[in-house]
Amino acid sequence: MNQPSQNSTKPESDSPGLKQSAPLEETANNDESTNASPKRSLVSGSNFDRSKPDNKNASTMIDVRDVNFYYGDVQALFNVNLTVPEKSVMALIGPSGCGKSTFLRTLNRMNDIIDGTRVEGTIKLENQNIYDPTIDVVALRSRVGMVFQKSTPFPKSIFDNIAFGPRLSGTTSKSKLTEIVERSLQQAALWDEVKDRLSDSAMALSGGQQQRLCIARTLATNPEVILMDEPASALDPASTARIEDLIFELRKQYTIVIVTHNMQQAARVSQYTAFFYQGRLIEVGPTKELFTNPTEKQTEDYITGRFG
Amino acid sequence: MSNNRGEFNSKINSRHRTSKLFELFCLSAVLLALVVLCVLLFSVISKAWGWVDVDFLTSHHSRKPEDAGIKAALWGSLWLILLTGLFSIPIGVGAALYLEEYSRKNRLTTFIQVNLSNLAGVPSIVYGILGLTVFARMFDMFPGEQQSVMTISLLITDLSIPLPFGPTLITGAMTLSLLILPVVIISSQESLRSVPPSLRHASLALGATEWQTIRSQVLPAALPGIATGVILSLSRAIGETAPLLMVGAASFITATPGGIDGMGDILTNPGSLLEVPFSKYTCMPMQIYNWVKFAKVEFQEYVTSAGIVVLLGVLLLMNATAVYIRMRFQNKIQW
Ligand SMILES: Nc1ncnc2c1ncn2[C@@H]1O[C@H](COP(=O)(O)OP(=O)(O)OP(=O)(O)O)[C@@H](O)[C@H]1O
Ligand SMILES: [Mg+2]
Repeated sequence: MNQPSQNSTKPESDSPGLKQSAPLEETANNDESTNASPKRSLVSGSNFDRSKPDNKNASTMIDVRDVNFYYGDVQALFNVNLTVPEKSVMALIGPSGCGKSTFLRTLNRMNDIIDGTRVEGTIKLENQNIYDPTIDVVALRSRVGMVFQKSTPFPKSIFDNIAFGPRLSGTTSKSKLTEIVERSLQQAALWDEVKDRLSDSAMALSGGQQQRLCIARTLATNPEVILMDEPASALDPASTARIEDLIFELRKQYTIVIVTHNMQQAARVSQYTAFFYQGRLIEVGPTKELFTNPTEKQTEDYITGRFG
Repeated sequence: MSNNRGEFNSKINSRHRTSKLFELFCLSAVLLALVVLCVLLFSVISKAWGWVDVDFLTSHHSRKPEDAGIKAALWGSLWLILLTGLFSIPIGVGAALYLEEYSRKNRLTTFIQVNLSNLAGVPSIVYGILGLTVFARMFDMFPGEQQSVMTISLLITDLSIPLPFGPTLITGAMTLSLLILPVVIISSQESLRSVPPSLRHASLALGATEWQTIRSQVLPAALPGIATGVILSLSRAIGETAPLLMVGAASFITATPGGIDGMGDILTNPGSLLEVPFSKYTCMPMQIYNWVKFAKVEFQEYVTSAGIVVLLGVLLLMNATAVYIRMRFQNKIQW
């Protein structure tokens, strides 16, 4: 497969069909979504409706090998090995302080910003090591978007918030920006609520709307991978449900890694789940198997609520 | 339990009394400051009454108190502030940006940081001596009676730069810039620090470069704070006398810098703008200081007061600008 080189800026990110591979998967997903997406059930039995890994032979998007991570002298991640298949949702679960956020931030090198951090091992994004010295971090971050736990709208208008990413890479045409803004807001299921007030401040939106705005903002840069750090932790059940629906929709086009403290949420939105404990990856596998039949004792204890 | 409860309540009256006393103390401090300020303002304004008029603003110094004006000093002060701003804003804000946004914390930056705070406390006369050595005399690198002149040919006109600068506006402005730089840097840093880090992270995570993040997120959010700090520092500079005394602001001069005393002059002879930085000059605090030393009682009392009122007027205008910028930009960035 021919990978675009990462150290050049992303080639023409305007084409919506970013991933050329396997259009068949798209249809497979669509089939499933028609019978799963309209109605969501919180009953635990149907929790796994969406969690079937539906394309077994999907290619690997992220490949993490032997990753150790240090904050100064303190090691926060120990020998993590993990692969995330393309166009799937992987949930990261584990007790507070186990290193989920740290791991997530290694995937788009946001840890670089923190003084005194150090990473060992390799993390490959479509076969390219993102810690290679020749990698351009700016280009990497436009391919691997991130949604933070606390929504962080810019103190600008809704339109300018979404247009920020495309403008960074030099898109100035008003019509093109308008198109991107509308498409991103549609994708993030926010368009209908804000279409009449795009020039209003994004700070005036509700918490749930702000979070969807942040997701839309990330989508506008046309990433391949979206990282989400507890995107729904501060939201009410209705907003949470919308975000979960959204994640389910986004999976058709994007690879998603999501940190969550909510076991039901992990079960509802993800195909794969990774359980972290004290900086170590204890177990990873298809969500349904991990939840119904964990192989490790610690995993079982955690998901049955015996600790954490 | 009940014992404790009683003790707790028995003290409650004395606690309220202490609280009340403290409130009274704070109130009297405010009132005292206000009274002193009012008395001062009243006495100055009442003496200046009838002396501050258009003539006072548009005529030069004269031996006769009735004819004396503040024109040269007013223009001198305005140019001084403009040039000081031109020097200190880019350098000060640039340094603050580097220290806050780019540099990683290490021994060198800690050392710089500590010394910035120290420099902010250095008496202004010391900066005067520094300015004298470095700008006015340039370490006596150009010996001889005659001042050497460097001529740079620009397209339409020649720019003549005296070396060393001597007692010219540019010397004064550079000295004042040095004086206020530490405060400009520290207050700019403070405003940059108050920008939430999450804003930077969100921007970087979208694939913005450091500079794009600073330009479109950090600076707009920090601008009101930075502008306020800069303008307050410039207000301090406009009232400075000691360092300018050192670097040789003229006592009495009957010419405005570059011979400009209105927009018309700039339009008819734009070349005169180039002469401004290298003109001899005086400024309002200097002028007031010199009037006080005059024998005639009218000078000591009325002309001086009139000068002070003009100086206060300019200060008030600058502070009003600071408030305006603050409100305007705060509305614009839609928190
Ligand atoms: N900036 C930092 N500097 C130093 N240590 C840090 C930093 N951030 C996190 N840590 C440490 O690294 C470990 C993992 O933290 P991390 O934030 O990744 O946990 P987490 O799994 O996301 O927890 P939570 O579920 O509470 O968000 C913790 O022990 C934490 O104290
Ligand atoms: Mg976390």
